[in-house]
Amino acid sequence: MTLRPDLAIIADHVRPGSRVLDIGCGDGALMAALRDTKGVDARGIEIEGADVTAALTRGLSVVQGDADTDLSDYPDASFDYAVLSQTLQTTRRPDRILEQLLRVGTKAFVSFPNFAHWRVRTSLLFGGRMPVTRTLPLAWYETPNIHHVTIDDFRALVRMRGIDVECEWFLSGDRRVSAAAANIRAEHAVFLLARKAGA
Amino acid sequence: MDVRFGLNRHVALREPLPLDGGATLAPVDIAYETYGILSAAADNAILVCHALTGDQHVASQHPITGKPGWWERMVGPGKPIDTDRFLVICANVLGSCIGTAGPSSLADDGRPYAMRFPVITIRDMVRAQAMLLDHLGIGRLHAVVGGSMGGMQALSWAATFPGRVRAALVIASAARHSAQNIAFHEVGRQAIMADPNWRGGEYYADGVSPAAGLAVARMAAHITYLSEQGLTDKFGRGLQDRDAKTFSFDADFRVESYLRHQGLSFTDRFDANSYLYITRAMDYFDLAEEHGGLLANAFRGSATRFAMVSFDTDWLYPTSEARSVVHALNAAGAAASFVELSAPFGHDSFLLDVPALDRVVSGFLGAAR
Repeated sequence: MTLRPDLAIIADHVRPGSRVLDIGCGDGALMAALRDTKGVDARGIEIEGADVTAALTRGLSVVQGDADTDLSDYPDASFDYAVLSQTLQTTRRPDRILEQLLRVGTKAFVSFPNFAHWRVRTSLLFGGRMPVTRTLPLAWYETPNIHHVTIDDFRALVRMRGIDVECEWFLSGDRRVSAAAANIRAEHAVFLLARKAGA
Repeated sequence: MDVRFGLNRHVALREPLPLDGGATLAPVDIAYETYGILSAAADNAILVCHALTGDQHVASQHPITGKPGWWERMVGPGKPIDTDRFLVICANVLGSCIGTAGPSSLADDGRPYAMRFPVITIRDMVRAQAMLLDHLGIGRLHAVVGGSMGGMQALSWAATFPGRVRAALVIASAARHSAQNIAFHEVGRQAIMADPNWRGGEYYADGVSPAAGLAVARMAAHITYLSEQGLTDKFGRGLQDRDAKTFSFDADFRVESYLRHQGLSFTDRFDANSYLYITRAMDYFDLAEEHGGLLANAFRGSATRFAMVSFDTDWLYPTSEARSVVHALNAAGAAASFVELSAPFGHDSFLLDVPALDRVVSGFLGAAR
């Protein structure tokens, strides 16, 4: 089974045998891969009941819940990694979620679609309409993405909050693109974050 | 042919059972059934725990009512709890009246215990089941599964015998009885005790039982098992076999007629004193209290996989109760899953046609192997 490109990057960089909380885990594809290839003890949170059932069928432990409200249920530092893939932009308070990720997990992987990709910019600049692209396939009135974010926005937020970026990866489709001009060339970004030492 | 396995089994366990209330019960009579075949490694057993008025006939015809088993849609060959793969065990709980020791059983003096039967707890029921498993040669369960009071037993199993439970599936249940839960049960108990035929529980000799009181108890409880929408959809304000109100106290409304029927037919198959004892056990249930007031302590270090299921129209054991268990499981670092299913039938949803529940049950049990 092939993982979505951002999930494949995350799966490649999780330490074997670690504990992972996948927030917005969907049907548990990443969790199953981490368990089966790296012996990871993975737990998930997912809002869609049908996805929770699919994950259960894979033998995974997934709790139906909402990232905005239910992360506070988890004790401090109970996971080595918290994973938030393609979910940040759908939450009510992404800044608070970020704090929760690094409270619950020692480190956090965050991936999101980049709203400053050139296709998005072009669509808005010349079309004058909210963009509908392959990474943002739904119209403004039906998209779950309520907090569109760009790579530079995200970098500014983590800097302001005193969070370290340990690693970053950028994607256009399933191809990697360099960090140079990523804010215009990348459709997706994946960040590995950690609390600043002493912070 | 091993006589310990099959339908309509009965065993008198000699080992004394010390109860939470301080008394000791011996021997412990247990009526139970098994379905399917125990694997050579004895590692494919699933214990199904029944609810308040349930019994061991989970997938076999009830001897009194002649009705199919109470969870026949869930348990059987190729069903979500697949008896082609698993050995399924269902035992009548302690305090009940379908063959397991309870107030209607005979005490040493040859007379029914009646109210001399010791007050029991959910954990006592579970300890009796553990003795049954010893008798069957089953050390560790593949899973323990239950809805409502059965879910309380499943939680109690995981907390009391963590090493004997690989997975626990808890449906429409809670880790404690709320004030509202206790209040409804007290209405039922008082209805029984207010019946002049109850006579302090000593009604077995002449066979004149407090049927009217028990029927009222069942009617009140039955309302709590259904959703308001379910009642409205099924009955509305419809009249029963008549075109107009009769200006009397007959069962004019269909819902009245239905409840009266439910109450009356219940008295044919259930003992009033057993109803008192089992509702008491449920009211006493508070898993946190048994563990220093912190529910998470009940599950710390547990290797059991848990799945909690609630229904959006269940107001008796609402989703918030399931969530508080999940919260505790997470705090304890236990492997916990939770899903709230949408079904129109209220608390009774766990017994009825909810395909999403079938998928959760078969998925969870199949994967836990």
